[in-house]
Amino acid sequence: MADKKQNFIDQNLQDLNNDGVDRRGFLKCMAWAGTGLVWTMSGGIPVSRAFAKSGSKNATKGADFSFVQISDSHIGFNKPANPDVTATLQTAINKVNSMPQQPDFIIHTGDLSQLSKPSEFDTLDQVLKGAAAQQIFFVPGEHDMLSDNGEQYLQRYGKDTKGTGWSSFDHKGVHFVGLVNVANLKAGGMGSLGHEQLEWLEGDLKGRSASTPIVLYAHIPLWTIYPDWGWGTDDSEQALSYVKRFGSVTVLNGHIHQIMQKVEGKVSFHTAMSTAFPQPAPGTAPSAGPMKVPAEQLQRVLGITDVNYLVSGGSLAIVDSPLAG
Amino acid sequence: MTKQKMWVGLAAPIMMAMLLLFVGSPNVVASNNQQAAVTTAEVKIDNFSFGPQTLTVRVGTTVTWTNGDDIPHTSVSTEGVFKSKVMDTDEKFSYTFTKAGKYPYYCTIHPKMTGEVLVQ
Repeated sequence: MADKKQNFIDQNLQDLNNDGVDRRGFLKCMAWAGTGLVWTMSGGIPVSRAFAKSGSKNATKGADFSFVQISDSHIGFNKPANPDVTATLQTAINKVNSMPQQPDFIIHTGDLSQLSKPSEFDTLDQVLKGAAAQQIFFVPGEHDMLSDNGEQYLQRYGKDTKGTGWSSFDHKGVHFVGLVNVANLKAGGMGSLGHEQLEWLEGDLKGRSASTPIVLYAHIPLWTIYPDWGWGTDDSEQALSYVKRFGSVTVLNGHIHQIMQKVEGKVSFHTAMSTAFPQPAPGTAPSAGPMKVPAEQLQRVLGITDVNYLVSGGSLAIVDSPLAG
Repeated sequence: MTKQKMWVGLAAPIMMAMLLLFVGSPNVVASNNQQAAVTTAEVKIDNFSFGPQTLTVRVGTTVTWTNGDDIPHTSVSTEGVFKSKVMDTDEKFSYTFTKAGKYPYYCTIHPKMTGEVLVQ
């Protein structure tokens, strides 16, 4: 079973590395902009679906509740890959607002801004103010902690958090934990949680029933996707050891501006699309820099990724299928 | 900390004057006078890497980093010797190396990006 899933993922990665026909397939897996993920909790099993031009009626039907993940808004970015990131974030928020069943809250998994500038945070706030969802939870990306060790980020978005911005909360029986893996990064390394946060996490999870569904979210992936580009977290294994005993664990990340997923035992890993610009698949470009997509192609790839979590033989399986058209 | 850090764009004479003021070392001034032509070197940041990754210069050389990426980077000494501000696209940072030695550095935003200046 596990092999089958791995094969599926390997196949996907392999497809991503080919050019020509498969390249288009790859682009179909990349939502360009104005996208977000709707997560619905049904009996402790998270189900996610990328939303595009219409709301995701089926995904939210019969669910206990839903929430939306948006990521990597990079407000302030103005390069050719997307000269108007504010507009595409606005599109994303409009889509959230037009969903038939409103999410209980939104989680933003970091890189709110491009350069941690007050004006960029101001613009972000202005757009997010238009969100119908009353509550938005944040974790910082590396772009949000550029010049002041994240002080301004913490003042604006992390008032009730600990350390560099980590926190947890419960919602309708699900335990959510927001982690920070973009602070105090070491030369040559990848993302890092650090000793203090890991200790806090261990304590935070201790004493909770193993049947509590757990959702971990952080900016940089908590699984190693591509070390050469720093797409992973050096000490994530220790964090994941604390959630091993739980029956349902979902890990949500951003940072890589594309959907990637993996299932390992009872832990499902998932990365979100950006609302700002796409990045290349691992190893398919000289670097992880913003990927410029021709405008006409852009329209074709808008919000085309569909992600579902299906219950399969008592465990979670992930099927990645692009939307038709 | 910021004593020896300078942003490019300052006229050369001002830079020399600042060196005199802050460093106050006759050796540096002497070497600058003697080898004015070889006291600068460049590191270009492209595709999330420093080029050249290892740069060898003489004592007294001012090294200038330029960010050619669409994403901001920093150039920060692993041992706390120098620290750039965040460099957005086309922005620069300069530092003058006044002592021989090996100076490893990295981008604090993308720590996989590492480089080294060897000062002889």
